[in-house]
Amino acid sequence: MSKPLLRLNDLTIAFDGSVVVDGLSLTLNAGETLAIVGESGSGKSVSALGAINLLPSNAEIRGGRWLEETDLSQLSSREWNGVRGNRVGFVFQEPMTSLNPLHRIGKQIGETLRLHQGLSGQAARARAKELLEQVKLPRAEELLDAWPHQLSGGQRQRVMIAMAIANNPALLIADEPTTALDVTVQQDILALLKELRDQHGMGMLFISHDLNLVRRYAERVCVMYQGKVQEIGPVERIFSQPQSDYTKALLAAEPEGRPATLSANAPLLTARQLKVSFARPKTGLFKRQPPAFEAVKATDLTIAPGETLGIVGESGSGKTTLASAIMRLVQSKGEITLGDASLSTLSGNALRRQRHRFQMVFQDPYGALSPRMPVFDIVSEGLRFHYPNLSQGEVTERVHQTLREVGLPESCAARYPHEFSGGQRQRIAVARAIILEPELLVLDEPTSALDRTVQKQLVTLLRQLQQRRQLSYLFISHDLAVVRAMAHRIMVLKDGEVVEQGPCLEVLASPQHPYTQALIAAAHLRRLSE
Amino acid sequence: MGWITSRLSPITHRRLAAFKANRRARISLWLFGVLFILSLMAELIANDKPLIMHFEGQWYVPLLVDYPETEFGGFLPTRTDYLDPFIREQISDNGWAIWPLIPFSYQTLDMQMTRPSPAPPSSRHWLGTDDQGRDVLARVIYGFRLSVAFALVLTAGSLVMGVLAGGVQGYFGGKVDLVGQRVTEIWSGLPVLFLLIILASFVQPGFWWLLGIMLLFSWLGLVDIVRAEFLRARNLEYVRAAKAMGLPSRLIMWRHVLPNAMVATLTFIPFLFTGAIGTLTALDFLGFGLPPGSPSLGELAAQGKNNLHAPWLGITAFMTLAIMLSLLVFIGEGLRDAFDPRHVKASAKPTQGAQHV
Repeated sequence: MSKPLLRLNDLTIAFDGSVVVDGLSLTLNAGETLAIVGESGSGKSVSALGAINLLPSNAEIRGGRWLEETDLSQLSSREWNGVRGNRVGFVFQEPMTSLNPLHRIGKQIGETLRLHQGLSGQAARARAKELLEQVKLPRAEELLDAWPHQLSGGQRQRVMIAMAIANNPALLIADEPTTALDVTVQQDILALLKELRDQHGMGMLFISHDLNLVRRYAERVCVMYQGKVQEIGPVERIFSQPQSDYTKALLAAEPEGRPATLSANAPLLTARQLKVSFARPKTGLFKRQPPAFEAVKATDLTIAPGETLGIVGESGSGKTTLASAIMRLVQSKGEITLGDASLSTLSGNALRRQRHRFQMVFQDPYGALSPRMPVFDIVSEGLRFHYPNLSQGEVTERVHQTLREVGLPESCAARYPHEFSGGQRQRIAVARAIILEPELLVLDEPTSALDRTVQKQLVTLLRQLQQRRQLSYLFISHDLAVVRAMAHRIMVLKDGEVVEQGPCLEVLASPQHPYTQALIAAAHLRRLSE
Repeated sequence: MGWITSRLSPITHRRLAAFKANRRARISLWLFGVLFILSLMAELIANDKPLIMHFEGQWYVPLLVDYPETEFGGFLPTRTDYLDPFIREQISDNGWAIWPLIPFSYQTLDMQMTRPSPAPPSSRHWLGTDDQGRDVLARVIYGFRLSVAFALVLTAGSLVMGVLAGGVQGYFGGKVDLVGQRVTEIWSGLPVLFLLIILASFVQPGFWWLLGIMLLFSWLGLVDIVRAEFLRARNLEYVRAAKAMGLPSRLIMWRHVLPNAMVATLTFIPFLFTGAIGTLTALDFLGFGLPPGSPSLGELAAQGKNNLHAPWLGITAFMTLAIMLSLLVFIGEGLRDAFDPRHVKASAKPTQGAQHV
């Protein structure tokens, strides 16, 4: 056993009296990866930031903290500057915002070198280039002079890693380093981190909510729930024989089951040669207009009553644009038919009168509900508009009935959205959509902002609703586990084009297109229990 | 009150708390409120008629009813001049009268003055008289009310027009926005003061004339703010959800976008308000404002300029304007700080839910 690198002893963190992390004790050895796992709000990020004093001043930190022989709780702020960025490196969650947009890449890496190693000029540039090569960025020389906005999310995260390891830190803290990235990129970044850890003999504190990743890239796991440690142990033991109830629940939380089988039916929704393009701005006054950007290339799709069509793809593949086109929220070319109505030819008031037949649930449960309206008004708004003849009593009755149907108590009608959790808000959003008794429900990543356990409940709810009301779903997600639990058929989208489609299980079992294969390999789906 | 505050969103709570924590703004708001309410009752405080009187066994309300002089033993069937020594004697011999605190209205010429006007402050005229022998304090009280009323109506009008124009441009965007922006740019290039001065040579501008013309231009400042807020809000998910629900644009703008755009707009209001008072005073000072005889602070300042040997005129005008505008600026600063997200965040307690918002 190697010497302990980071030791936390009974670490307790409170904000204005409310305890967020309660009695966390752990040790991290050099050359080892310790993962902290938990749902949002479990205190996993706060404990890592608290250990190295990166919390706002109203945080109260108690307990022992040692980095090798240094007692971290005794350091002055000047001494901290020598520790952070030098002996401890960080990789944050959001690569889009953690680089300064006004400085070139080379300069940003050079800054840490100058501060901690005194390198400047050509020496810093040479070392920065070496670092970019270490994190396996192609054309390192050119990238030194690139601006952050010219890089993709994965490339930026590599730059962040290069900055974190620039001074050969003993400890690397990676706070959800891949959450904002596409699944195929996630794998590469984590493999890189693991390789660098082995090369430099660093200890790594890996914070994540994704059990699949933790299982493959960590040696030991610390499970946290509401600020308390549930369990610490080697990965194999935790995953094969979890001790605490919470860990068991977390492991069982992957969405399961399959949608109900359906009988062959005439399609409810038909889209033919659906195309969406956005005009690019002219580059100069007398230049010719550049060709339009095709977000969705000619696509055909059909959905039968009671059927779920899953649409899978990474960010930028045109999933959401396709959904908006079907919802007639963006301009599109091609035909869209819903039952007997040709949606693509309608506009203005005539289209508005059809809208109660197709509804949408959005991705972000925090942004999709107006913060200034009580739940009753949010849910009843569409009803009052489409059926102005309903009396107040009838509206109230319908709202209460719908809230019960999505598993919320009637009493929440009088409350405001901010009083609810993410999962509950998403239920409110579903209630707002189904109160109009739509035939088609477009679900745009409805589960991606939710924790696993909550995802599972929502998937179950959606399947129940589908059976009871014969709803058709257009289900968009990048999460194959959720799609498998929801969809009858899937369509894989890449750069606005359908690369593969077919019955869900068939595609998942034997993908034909290389892109689908990569997606499925990255997702590490568990075997279906049935 | 508890019921109202419990219905407010936590952000509003925090803003209210931040405003209350700002002592200067809170006191300014109280002071300004008290002054404005007092000035609304100007007729009860400064008037040249008794509020109520009892004469030869009968009740009279001169404040509300004009009685001819013959009622009180005079000779002419005209409106009674209650400051006339003969009438005063009649009243004190045959009954009694309750007078306001200041027995002069803003246009009363004091005929019983012992000194030439402008007369310095004395026990009869607390802030002296102006060069026509009118009581300065009475004119200040009425002038304050007129200025604030003018600013209130102008602000309300600008708010309606600015929010309407900015909202339509921001919400629809595209060509509407492009054309609308160019028109407002041209419109805001017109010189307002010159237009007013030219107009003053055609018509005798009164309260409503001035208000109308200034309203044509004062809404321009709001357009940019409201437009930016609407541009941002129209892509929020709950606005798209409302669109997907089939709500017409006017309902979406009214119910979903406007409440969120009002925050930036509210912050702007106190400054619109002070601007309106400033412009009205400037016009009056130049002589292109309200008709002669109206109680106006600008006219008082002009008199101060013309009568440098009577410093109480200039000092009063200056102090009144300075106090009124300072109070408004302090209130505005308090509002702005309360609505400043950085300020609110610093004083907010981090909760578990806060990290998602």
